[in-house]
Amino acid sequence: MSDNPLITAQNLSVHYPLRGGLIGPKPYVGAVENVSIEVAPGSFFGLVGESGSGKTTLGRAMLRAAPISKGDVLFDDGEVAYSLKNLGKKELKDYRSRAQLIFQDPYAALSPRMTVRDIIAEPLEVMGLTKTRAETDERVREIAAKCRLNVEHLRRFPHAFSGGQRQRISIARALVSAPKFIVADESVAALDVSIQADVLNLLKAIQQDMGLTFLFISHDLSVVAHVCDHVAVMYLGRLVETAPTRALFSAPRHPYTQALLSAIPSLDPDDRGKAQKLEGEIPSPTNPPPGCKFQTRCPMAIDRCRVEEPLLETAGPEHNVACHRWKELAM
Amino acid sequence: MSRLIDVENLTLQFDTDEGRITAVDNVSFSLEAGEVMGLVGESGSGKSVTAKSLMKLNPRNAVYGPDTKITLHLDDGPIDVMSLQNDTEMKIVRGGAISLIFQEPMASFAPAISIGEQMVEQLMIHTNFSKAQAKEVSVEMLDRVGISDPSTRFGQYAFELSGGMRQRAMIAMALSTKPRLLIADEPTTALDVTIQAQVIDLMKDLVSEFGMGIIFITHDLGVIAQTADKVAVMYLGKLVEQGTVRDVIRRPAHPYTRGLLAALPTLDDIDAPLTPIPGDIPSPLERPSGCVYNTRCQEVLGPRCSAEAPRFSQVDTDHAAACHLHDPQGGGA
Repeated sequence: MSDNPLITAQNLSVHYPLRGGLIGPKPYVGAVENVSIEVAPGSFFGLVGESGSGKTTLGRAMLRAAPISKGDVLFDDGEVAYSLKNLGKKELKDYRSRAQLIFQDPYAALSPRMTVRDIIAEPLEVMGLTKTRAETDERVREIAAKCRLNVEHLRRFPHAFSGGQRQRISIARALVSAPKFIVADESVAALDVSIQADVLNLLKAIQQDMGLTFLFISHDLSVVAHVCDHVAVMYLGRLVETAPTRALFSAPRHPYTQALLSAIPSLDPDDRGKAQKLEGEIPSPTNPPPGCKFQTRCPMAIDRCRVEEPLLETAGPEHNVACHRWKELAM
Repeated sequence: MSRLIDVENLTLQFDTDEGRITAVDNVSFSLEAGEVMGLVGESGSGKSVTAKSLMKLNPRNAVYGPDTKITLHLDDGPIDVMSLQNDTEMKIVRGGAISLIFQEPMASFAPAISIGEQMVEQLMIHTNFSKAQAKEVSVEMLDRVGISDPSTRFGQYAFELSGGMRQRAMIAMALSTKPRLLIADEPTTALDVTIQAQVIDLMKDLVSEFGMGIIFITHDLGVIAQTADKVAVMYLGKLVEQGTVRDVIRRPAHPYTRGLLAALPTLDDIDAPLTPIPGDIPSPLERPSGCVYNTRCQEVLGPRCSAEAPRFSQVDTDHAAACHLHDPQGGGA
């Protein structure tokens, strides 16, 4: 994994302006604050956190679909190297074919008026990646087959398909431009468990087959544990912990990661109520607390946490944690 | 414990442009006061429709089967829910003896009426409280479900509350009329795990405090394991397995329940492969013949599965499954 990362966020911040503030500095919401991550080529990188943690915004910024206010995102697939902050129009168009997004809701993501063939072919036509209709059809059929859609399916409209099939159509559309990097934002959250497993297995198979790199955004830690090789945990726009999957799940260091893990309902009916419960809710990003952003809910918070924001420290190989107390708590 | 509700042979069909479709097919179960029943199944399995039928909350094109019998046992004697005709008669049941919590609390509150006003309104319909008393009870309930500064929240609107707070307010509203049965339809699905854990705790406290029965509809078997006393598993409108939560989760008897459990990613063994159930849930317009699960079943015994509908057979005390695996002699339903 010591290869050059495919995509790197460097001290990335995404700010959205707020209304008001005629006098003094313009107020803003820090949706993502000073986040640095490196995603190695071929990896399945998980991004977890509660709603409002900034995980979707970070994913979008890495697609240049959210404004980059500070820092930068660097993309290097061996053929091209881009700084997403300074991307020309032509380069941006090229980047769009190299980085793609799979949405959460397979019911909202597909136009009901287009056939499946047209839905999958649209990116090719918009980006001008194929020259003739025959070539487009060829590509569509090839990618559809990878997503287990047959020629008969291609003639139909989305309403004729179930949730799992629709999600396979969304995946085919994302893959048709032969991207290198895919952001999958809660891509299995809307699916039933029985179908979810199928789509996850498909994503894994495609990743290995096509050598893709995934940023897998999810609130479901059990899913992330099964498919991702590396995980980053976010809270209120900050990275609080990042580690290889095995290390994160066997030895979580940040109290927030620990709380997230213990909040997962156990399948053992006799293991009730032992979970370490987190009080309260994630604060509003318009008015973040001082010091560590997690201090308002952290059962371990001390005075220092309320004034000083912790920086990421090394807690193991590729394992970083932003907590003042992780060392003493790990003993 | 005393019996709270008996559901016998519940069958519900809908008349649609594409023909009459069966949403619930001959479902029977019962619930005691103070008991939590988990109702599990994929989307399209008919779990929400089943629960809503308990208060006849179905669209106009719904047709109940002739043998359907729903009996609610209240302090003043049993009520035959099917015989209730108009909205006035239904008032005893809807929002009175039975309350409903939906998945999406944002959609369940009227956006332009304050939370408090909505709570007071339903209390005035279902009780003899004066407006002042109703307000007092509402604020008390908001406090009870863990909402800080309840008198301020009382005057606020749904959009001013966070998702977790809205769901708490929804629970407060549903419980303020002191229902005997609470139907919770995916109440934690839209919430983050940390908030879900809080809401589950709250609901457990409330059951022991109010002694009501709960039907907890969810697709999440972990939530079931944490909350339910017994479990009913539905597939395509059919009840396929019923039993205590320990039996169903530890010794699932129906291949569908086994499939659901195998498909679930767990943290116990993160390297274990995920095993999906092959295929999709069929359209209710094309219900398979015989056992409705035979098109996806991994343990099909032979032609009997697609020819003959399995009947419920006892696998253990308080544990039954509708599968030919447990009824080798046959005889049919």
